Amino acid sequence: MARYLLRRTAFLLGSLLLAASLLFVLLRLLPGDPANALLLMGATPEQIAAARRQTGSDLPLPEQYATWLGGLARLDLGTSYVSRLAVGGEIAARLAVTVPLTLLAFALAVAVAVPVGFLAAHRAGRWYGLLLSGFAQLGIAVPVFWIGMLLVTVFALRLRLLPAGGFPRDDWAEPGRALAALVLPVVTIALVMSASLIRYVRSATLDVLGSDHLRTARALGESFAGAMWRHGLRNAAAPVISVLGIELATTFLGAVVVESVFALPGLGTLLVEGISEHDYPVIQGVLAVSTFAVLVIGFAADVAQRLVDPRLRTRLGRP
Amino acid sequence: MKGFAAGCVLVGVVLAMAAVSLVWLPYDPADTSGGRLVPPGGAHLLGTDKLGRDLLTQLMIGARIALTAGAGSVLLGGVLGVAAGLAAGFATRWLDDALAAALDALIAFPTLLLAMLVVAVREASLGSAVLAIGLGMSAVVARLTRILVKRVLTQDYITAARTSGSSWPRIVVEHVLPNIRPTLLVNLALQVGIAVLAEASLSYLGLGPPPPNASWGRLLHEAQATVLTAPVGAIAPGVLLVVLVVGVNLLADSLRDLAPGRSR
Amino acid sequence: MTLLDVGGLSVRRADGRELLRDVSFTLAPGERLGLIGESGSGKSLTALAVLGLLPMGLTAHGSVLLSGTQVVGPVIGTADRRLDRVRGRAVSAVFQEPLSALDPLMRIGRQIAGPIRRRRGLRGAALRAAVLASLEEVRLTERIANAYPHEISGGQRQRAAIAMALACEPELLIADEPTTALDVTVQAEVLALLDSLVAGKGMALLFIGHDLAVVAGVTDWLIVLKDGSAVESGRTEDIVREPRHTYTRSLVDSAWEFEAELDRMAP
Repeated sequence: MARYLLRRTAFLLGSLLLAASLLFVLLRLLPGDPANALLLMGATPEQIAAARRQTGSDLPLPEQYATWLGGLARLDLGTSYVSRLAVGGEIAARLAVTVPLTLLAFALAVAVAVPVGFLAAHRAGRWYGLLLSGFAQLGIAVPVFWIGMLLVTVFALRLRLLPAGGFPRDDWAEPGRALAALVLPVVTIALVMSASLIRYVRSATLDVLGSDHLRTARALGESFAGAMWRHGLRNAAAPVISVLGIELATTFLGAVVVESVFALPGLGTLLVEGISEHDYPVIQGVLAVSTFAVLVIGFAADVAQRLVDPRLRTRLGRP
Repeated sequence: MKGFAAGCVLVGVVLAMAAVSLVWLPYDPADTSGGRLVPPGGAHLLGTDKLGRDLLTQLMIGARIALTAGAGSVLLGGVLGVAAGLAAGFATRWLDDALAAALDALIAFPTLLLAMLVVAVREASLGSAVLAIGLGMSAVVARLTRILVKRVLTQDYITAARTSGSSWPRIVVEHVLPNIRPTLLVNLALQVGIAVLAEASLSYLGLGPPPPNASWGRLLHEAQATVLTAPVGAIAPGVLLVVLVVGVNLLADSLRDLAPGRSR
Repeated sequence: MTLLDVGGLSVRRADGRELLRDVSFTLAPGERLGLIGESGSGKSLTALAVLGLLPMGLTAHGSVLLSGTQVVGPVIGTADRRLDRVRGRAVSAVFQEPLSALDPLMRIGRQIAGPIRRRRGLRGAALRAAVLASLEEVRLTERIANAYPHEISGGQRQRAAIAMALACEPELLIADEPTTALDVTVQAEVLALLDSLVAGKGMALLFIGHDLAVVAGVTDWLIVLKDGSAVESGRTEDIVREPRHTYTRSLVDSAWEFEAELDRMAP
């Protein structure tokens, strides 16, 4: 396990470095110079030269690359062209919306998918199966932002039960209002996520229900509930965990789009603002943080799966 | 077979809209003379939007854009991905390891974010969207291709072909490609739906092709403000998106069932 | 008093096809009965029907009285709770494939502890001692208790499965092809162990197999199944000496050939 952790950590660091480099390459080499963005905004050549000196984009590329990596290592993401604030601080403020949104949506999706997927496997009726595969089919076909729009129309505009969008100015000072603002976005994301999650839970449960070791436990007097608790849960969880990692990452990315639907001041809206204002440090920072989050989630899921399944621990290397 | 028929009908609807839009449109897409937010019926079958543009016209153009985005991205992603996957599959040990690690890292770089990045450095256009989505997709395709190639290369008939003196290019054409094709095609077909949705998301965020040739995603974004007064504009593009993606996925599924030797 | 009374047992699929047709037999305490037949003959289904653990989609009809409890009746199934009390007390089982029959994610010691705790209500140090005693009974060391199933050999796994089944101290042990999945060299060893333990505890045994040489070696009575029906039954020695049904005769012949083959291999 220790050796695996070491290897997996090295791999994580490698991919982080690769992702950071990819970002750098794409942003510098594709259009030329980030400072050109200022030109579009009608700045004078002197202002541009000053900006270039300030952002360091007049330096040779290798030096810029080193500065970029060094900044990342010190968690310094530079200064926004537009707001003149530190990008790191701005991202941290936006994460106060995006992280709760992601985690709540993820928790809701799991809370719905686990019992429904289990029941779907346990009571394998025709009706249930048909309904479920329809739901799963729609879940991957319906654009998440459209679900958000429809939910807003029904629950905010027609029934006036919940706010249609926005977030309290004072963030979480009034938790009730902040939570109310998150209800519809959370439901929107959870709806889409649970559709795919249910399928995985169902097939994992079917595997467990048909497994020989569950039969052994029952043959030796374990009750159905007892056998599911002692043997079923862990065995069903093992394959689902790796999916959960991917799902959590997808939830996080789904949040980027859904924030726009509900005008939430999160990471996603910051990115969209950054793109429309050609605010390169912001774009770069948000993308770095998002990609790192996805990589770290993948790392955590891999390690968790090893902890649950001893067979993975003894098998060496990649399959 | 039922799935195949349903898929054909659903995709056929969108294909027909796109095909007709090439030769005939009810109105000029920039024509705003019909009046704002005209309800469906009469001169405007589905009504007009808040600028007075005909909705049906825009939906037909949107069909063309959705199909271009889906097909274009998968074509780009497929060609790049299969080429990279083949190279990795045939590569020697350490090179293969390095490529595999790079692919894993690339896949962690989410397609949508990559697309936003490309749009940020180029401009918001259909080309940017296709380029970005195709690039993101190529990593997924490459990883799959690599695994499939590795599996084929361990088969006995490859060794047999090798010992009988066939060259590697010949083996690729005669043995490797035919064997990986079924699985690859099914996955590429599934990627079409993903690409269509990704383009719609980009457009919804205002990062897609600009009006008047707007995609369904942008139509939805523009209709959001007037959803209560003109609900058709906020519903029709979404329904069409679902129709297209469900249709494509059904076709992909029946492709899987048709493929020989994959009855499991 | 009979321990197990099976009368007119049939097993049907959801589409109505009969996989097992009208099988009847009884088993008294301490008796040993063999069920023999090729795969698909319904011998494993009989075992599962007796345990009340048929796979989803199959239904049992007829009567199975196990230690006074009706497992299947004219009306399918009895309340699950009641069966939970029969399984693990009146009856327990060893199955064919020990790798999949053991929970891959749980250490062997904990798996054996489950039935002991249920049956004898032991906890803590007493439970641990009982687990080690169980392991010792099947000649496994303490090291095995801390191992996962994939970390030990096939023979060790099956012995652990036997330890689990015997830890229930059942009146009847069902052994469903317990040696089929093992290497030939290990088969005899596991079989001898099972034989001596069952004899030592005076349990009844329902032994299922496809190999007459194996089944006849551990049973007194025999039922020959073919395509879901019993084609012949009687004392094992009588059947081996004078098989009446042509199918039984072919089984006996191939067993003799096997015997001869063994003699040739190990003179």
